Amino acid sequence: MARSPLLHPAAKPLLFAACLLPCVWLFYAAAADQLGANPAEALIRSSGDWTLRLLCLTLAVTPLRVLANQPALARFRRMLGLFTFFYATLHFLAYAWLDMGFDAAVIARDIPKRPFALVGFLALLLMLPLAATSFNRAIRALGAARWQALHRAVYAIAVLAILHFFWMRAGKHDFAEVAVYAAIVAALLAWRALRLKRLRQAGQPAPARAAAR
Amino acid sequence: MQYLKDRGFVHPHASEITPRSVYEGRRALLRQMAAGAAGVALAGWAARDALAQVQRSAKLMALAGSRSAVAGALTIEKPTAYADATSYNNFYEFGTSKSDPAATAGSLKPRPWTVAVEGEVRKPKVFDLDELLGIAPMEDRSYRLRCVEGWSMVIPWVGWSLAELIRRVEPTGNAKYVEFVSLADRAQMPGLRSGVLDWPYVEGLRLDEAMHPLTLLAFGLYGEVLPNQNGAPLRLVVPWKYGFKSAKSIVKIRFVEREPRTAWVKAAAQEYGFYSNVNPNVDHPRWSQATERRIGEDGLFQKKRPTLMFNGYGPQVGQLYAGMDLKKYF
Repeated sequence: MARSPLLHPAAKPLLFAACLLPCVWLFYAAAADQLGANPAEALIRSSGDWTLRLLCLTLAVTPLRVLANQPALARFRRMLGLFTFFYATLHFLAYAWLDMGFDAAVIARDIPKRPFALVGFLALLLMLPLAATSFNRAIRALGAARWQALHRAVYAIAVLAILHFFWMRAGKHDFAEVAVYAAIVAALLAWRALRLKRLRQAGQPAPARAAAR
Repeated sequence: MQYLKDRGFVHPHASEITPRSVYEGRRALLRQMAAGAAGVALAGWAARDALAQVQRSAKLMALAGSRSAVAGALTIEKPTAYADATSYNNFYEFGTSKSDPAATAGSLKPRPWTVAVEGEVRKPKVFDLDELLGIAPMEDRSYRLRCVEGWSMVIPWVGWSLAELIRRVEPTGNAKYVEFVSLADRAQMPGLRSGVLDWPYVEGLRLDEAMHPLTLLAFGLYGEVLPNQNGAPLRLVVPWKYGFKSAKSIVKIRFVEREPRTAWVKAAAQEYGFYSNVNPNVDHPRWSQATERRIGEDGLFQKKRPTLMFNGYGPQVGQLYAGMDLKKYF
């Protein structure tokens, strides 16, 4: 059997470059005044959009790996997860800088006051331990089972992220885009729930995701 | 020594303290110079400066106005670039993204156009656009525009006070409010397919608000007829309220006894009040209204500028709300 292109040495660097492209474009567009009449808003919104997109991609790795029988896909999960964190951080920094002028006191007052900002911030906080334990030695130090339990927080992050987007758009009564992301996340989480149920019925233990890496 | 101490004499805008004749005189001088009165050599420089005040697109039909004599109608703040004012619009009938209206409003046909004025009036009438254009002399009005989303612009509108129309139709004693209905035609407006709002778009004012001389029925901006995405062929402009109160592409004006159920009140009453006066002290549930970003003026990393009570039109309109709890009637 031919080696999967997913195992090609260039696959990871290529994915890395692709994930970085939106960020490069945003910085270029901001510098070249290509972001329209309200560049600050465009930066905050786009960084949030890309966080959601990468979150969906990250959550899609395992279902795709199983459904398409492509075990090599698992190689990319960590990078996608870290890019999700990267764009979430950019999103927060854009808000903190462009909207709040990096005034810590103003930010500290603003976040708890607004439920949609609060859940977004919680999602970012939850991402911190996952990003901090994303390297191999952390997995070994924690033990695969504990590491895996910790990283299940990504499901909570996904729900909070959708809620954040939903509450933001609820202000304008505009749910078309929210519905798309919510449907994707719901499908990806439902697939996992169904799989877990089926494995339990078959008397097998829950799939050891960390071990499959 | 304390030079910066506020002794109760801090005015929000220079336009409100500089004598009108002084700052108006400058533009008149520039115009005279542009016309060549001050010598051919200077004319080119002056013409450029006079033109820079209001840069139009020269694509749409010109619509000239004379200087408005209404108090507060002409801010001396720099007008927002024409390109920004006509490409960054909230006009949900053409899509919810702010770039949608400029891209899709080409399908709107602003002519022929009629406006039905009806309800509690002695002289209800369906006005043709051409008749409306001639009802009162067109005036130039440069207003600050504050969007509920936290950004602002300065727009040089062309139009006349809505009061001119209201007087002609003679409201009865039952007329307490005025309702404005925008066009809702699926053939012309692709955004109507979405259920974001309960179409048609309905806005409303109290009769005294509608009668205020600053309340403008606008037919143009930047010396031209309104571009479709800005609410062609006629729209309301209420400069002391959040932008969504200023209904676009109006087809019906109704005089009613009860407070109209406006589109945004129907969609989210807890977030958008009927009054929706610009008020830095009443936050939108999702963001603060204390500050705003002036489009095209404030740099990306500049702190946002403070929002003014009634968008800075307090001296003109404050008395309309004397004794009202503006936190309750937000």
